[in-house]
Amino acid sequence: SGEAFNVGQFLEETSPYAWAGTGIGLCIGLSVLGAGWGILVTGSSILGGGVRSPRITTKNLISIIFCEVVAIYGVIIGIVYSAKLQHVPENLLYTPHNYYTGYAIFWGGITVGICNLLCGIAVGITGSTAAIADAADPNLFVKILIVEVFGSIMGLFGLIVGLLMVGAAGDFTAAASVSPHVL
Amino acid sequence: MEALFFNANTGFLEGIVRGYKAGILTQSQYANLAQCETLEDFRTQLSATDYGNFLANEPLPISTSTIADKATELLVEQFKYLRTNAVEPLRKFLDYITYGYMIDNVVLLITGTLHERDTHELVKRCHPLGVFDSMPVLCVATNVDELYQSVLIETPIAPYFRECLTASDLDDLNIEIIRNTLYKAYLEDFYNFCTTLGSPTSDVMHRILSFEADRRTINITINSFGTELSKETRAKLFPTIGRLFPEGNNQLARADDIEQVRQVCENVSEYRSFFSEGPSVSNPNGDEFGALAAQLEDRFFSTEVDLNKQAFLQQFQYGVFYSYMKLKEQEIRNLTWIAECIAQDAKDRIQDYIPIF
Repeated sequence: SGEAFNVGQFLEETSPYAWAGTGIGLCIGLSVLGAGWGILVTGSSILGGGVRSPRITTKNLISIIFCEVVAIYGVIIGIVYSAKLQHVPENLLYTPHNYYTGYAIFWGGITVGICNLLCGIAVGITGSTAAIADAADPNLFVKILIVEVFGSIMGLFGLIVGLLMVGAAGDFTAAASVSPHVL
Repeated sequence: MEALFFNANTGFLEGIVRGYKAGILTQSQYANLAQCETLEDFRTQLSATDYGNFLANEPLPISTSTIADKATELLVEQFKYLRTNAVEPLRKFLDYITYGYMIDNVVLLITGTLHERDTHELVKRCHPLGVFDSMPVLCVATNVDELYQSVLIETPIAPYFRECLTASDLDDLNIEIIRNTLYKAYLEDFYNFCTTLGSPTSDVMHRILSFEADRRTINITINSFGTELSKETRAKLFPTIGRLFPEGNNQLARADDIEQVRQVCENVSEYRSFFSEGPSVSNPNGDEFGALAAQLEDRFFSTEVDLNKQAFLQQFQYGVFYSYMKLKEQEIRNLTWIAECIAQDAKDRIQDYIPIF
């Protein structure tokens, strides 16, 4: 006979630590990817435009800061989530409460990570256009900055939702007694 | 999607080229230049622009050809900076820009060889952007056959020769037909290359190159009136890109006078105004044809400037590099015109340049 993938068994047997760890890794990883991508897009335009118009270089660092803030959101969430990781012996680990925490951190991490990835890219592309427009006409910079602010808010949304998702999840705690389900 | 990856390789150069573009002379600067009484004033006015002291070491009296040469040198410096810092595919794109000048240079050398002139002297008169490494090899060829063989091997524009011409053609055919055949192959090749680059570069460049093709088609048609160029030969010189292809090209191949050309251009709304009666330059000889041709040329130039300006409205594409080169060339033509008017004291025609910004 062939193999069957037993979803229930997979979910029951996978350690909540695995879910939590993956979530935190994705959170900070994707956030930094987004921030880095944004900085690369913006930074090259600022440098190119700054050759002829050096006045733009200082002002346009704001775009870089907006991109960086996205990575900071990822770090904050990473710290908040990893505070929930406590050591629990394996035979006392598999409680519904711990399952919930594991899943919450995993999906919270993905939410925050992807939000920050897209936010970082958006702010980066807008920042590049802002730098070039500023080099051509200084009056345009503040107006394009407003567009960047709105883009940056998306990362903030991700942060808020990420915090809400683990709001009800407690730290990993040991079960009161050895569970009959432990293999 | 191009915005995600474009800046990794080309962001810096795009910023540089847009900085160059900010240095293109504006209407108010042209107005100042037009008010100069002498070429020394002209030089002083130019030193306040991005040109700086490019004429500082020239002995007086300055000639207008020196001004044009020095300005072109500045442009070549800028282009070389862009090209050395470029990676594929921008490098290939910039190479394509130079092929147009290469065609002119090679045709110059062919003419020189045909008329048994010293080609080393001609090398000095070649456009600097169209210089390639193996140019001295072309000078060594003593007759047309050798020239053709060496051209096929050495030059980057060899494919354009291979498809269209044979060695005997180089001897027999009128040199202008050779030039136009090469340029047609070049335009089509460039057009196809831009298609491979994808949107938005292809959008911008297709527009510009289509207009260039149509402009050449119309010019070839009008210039061939009254010459012994047969209609079949004329039709072979029309590029197959452009808004007038294919019906317009067919009709223009059969056209015999300007009225028919005007009718063909009615089909494309942007070209309708080229032939309309406008405030034409006063021509005391009553040479209507000449006046119309000059007016047409002016209109072509201003449409070209418009299209090139529009290329800068879009970010993350290569069209800005091509457009900057063309706009700067137009500026050099303008400066030469103004300088000539000042030198020859013909102030009434000094406003006939094409303003850019």
